[in-house]
Amino acid sequence: MTRELTGRARRLGDDVNTDYIITSTRKRDTLDEKVLARYLLETLDPSFAASVRPGDLMVAGRNFGCGSAMEIAVTVILAAGIRAVLAESFARTFYRNAINNGLVPIECDTSGIGEGDTITARFDEVRIEVENARSGTVILARPMPAFVQEMLRSGGLVAYVKRGKLGV
Amino acid sequence: MSFRISGPETVSEKILSAHAGRRAHAGDVVVCDVDLVLGTDASAPMAIDYFEKMGGTRVFDPSRVMFALDHYAPPSSAKTAGFHDRVRAFAREQHIAVHDVGVGISHQIAVEQGRVVAGDLVIGADSHTVTAGALGAFATGVGSSDIAAAMITGKVWLRVPDTIRVELTGKRTDGVTAKDVALALVGQLGAEGANYQTLELHGDALGTFTLEERLVISNLAVEAGAKAAIFPHDDVTERYLAGRTARQPIAMMTDADARYARAIVVDLARAKPVVALPHAPENIVALGDALDTPIQMVLLGTCTGGRVSDFHAALAVLERGGGRIAPGVQLVATPASREVYLRLLEDGTLARLASIGAVITTPGCGACCGTSGAIPGDGVNVLSTANRNFKARMGNATASIYLASPEACAAAAVTGRITDPASIG
Repeated sequence: MTRELTGRARRLGDDVNTDYIITSTRKRDTLDEKVLARYLLETLDPSFAASVRPGDLMVAGRNFGCGSAMEIAVTVILAAGIRAVLAESFARTFYRNAINNGLVPIECDTSGIGEGDTITARFDEVRIEVENARSGTVILARPMPAFVQEMLRSGGLVAYVKRGKLGV
Repeated sequence: MSFRISGPETVSEKILSAHAGRRAHAGDVVVCDVDLVLGTDASAPMAIDYFEKMGGTRVFDPSRVMFALDHYAPPSSAKTAGFHDRVRAFAREQHIAVHDVGVGISHQIAVEQGRVVAGDLVIGADSHTVTAGALGAFATGVGSSDIAAAMITGKVWLRVPDTIRVELTGKRTDGVTAKDVALALVGQLGAEGANYQTLELHGDALGTFTLEERLVISNLAVEAGAKAAIFPHDDVTERYLAGRTARQPIAMMTDADARYARAIVVDLARAKPVVALPHAPENIVALGDALDTPIQMVLLGTCTGGRVSDFHAALAVLERGGGRIAPGVQLVATPASREVYLRLLEDGTLARLASIGAVITTPGCGACCGTSGAIPGDGVNVLSTANRNFKARMGNATASIYLASPEACAAAAVTGRITDPASIG
């Protein structure tokens, strides 16, 4: 089954850590992702959160989500209406939290993607294509391991556990 | 668990195979039984939400779960006090041990209280869970949903990591601390140099690192992205654990011909005191190249600089410097745990630090992550014994955080600028 996500690229750089995605000081006040989404990436750009539209795709460089393992860094991105992050590479805890929550992490060459480009990611079991409507280029992302696909198809760890798939 | 026919294994492969009940190799995804699940006040409230969403009713084995109220210690707001109440209520209902405000940082108390031994699989909803690898365990940071799932099922999914062999060799010169060695390793590997991988520590110099020093090295490995950082269980570990646990460690050794992703050698004879510049732990320079940077706040504490030996080393430098703090410098001292706090009370270290003018704060994560305690003012330069110096990390995006050893931090408290501790006194 082919799945497709299209959205406007929101361009970020390398080593965006989870403290930058959402600061620990905001987390002191609430754990409500919808409220915290107003402060998404405020350390890097205080105007970013207000400019996000549901359906946007986050596009970053290397080592996205490094630092703290805080899962709220993933759920805040989802609460802002972003369904996928494209990056050259992901820090392991962010990648783990992403698939456990159904945020799609796409590992690919993002060097040709600019702010505002319209990006379409198409995936099936064996390959992920990333198309840039502005440049007309199509590149292949790194394939997702079967386990990761299964976790994303399940909708995340909550559903996975409820179905008894982790065992009891 | 040794079936030679399947080839040699690394320590990570052995520990994860033993917990998965099948032979697992680097790259495999396995479901493992966990020995210990750690949650903090920063991650457990969300884990409790996930536990409920997953339909959890009973925790699989409360004796294998521990919570530490360490990030908001003491609570910095009514809201954070509420997070504590939620964690306490859940723990009471589920018969889970809560280490309340003032007991200390989860990574420190798990080790102090003998909750971790070699061969264990430890998961914690905090990236610095890797600290416990110093005892020979596979200890790794995960999210809140993972610890919720583990509380219900006793299990966690893990991809078996590749391993980087790190050989510690040669003799450290005077003035080179474990913090310097660990920071230099982060600088050498880079922020994602060990991503998805285990660092396995080896070498003829291992025996010269105390358990407290090993905790610092394992802890900082995550700043290079490491999934785990594992020391062998040896005499040093045995001595540390004596009287702390009745459990039997299962010392795992990597097979002689195991396959490593790569191997690096750290020649300690060439190691120097270093500083991490703002705003990333990988921005390592020789301390000598950062001299005279003005410093207005010094933090002694955290899970990479808040132990007994750290405060002794820092106080020795402060005493050599005349037992005073430079005008305009705020010195904050935060013991990593109550055990550390009491030891420092008993031996007079805290009295001396307080008389010099240090602000002594509640054991816990303290000012490290801006969740509780002293927040630096606008434009302030901080020198800290912590492990992370991201922009806004301590609660103010206009502050600049530098990381160094307790000795270097103390030297900066004496002079008001980054200073070689060897030049003090």
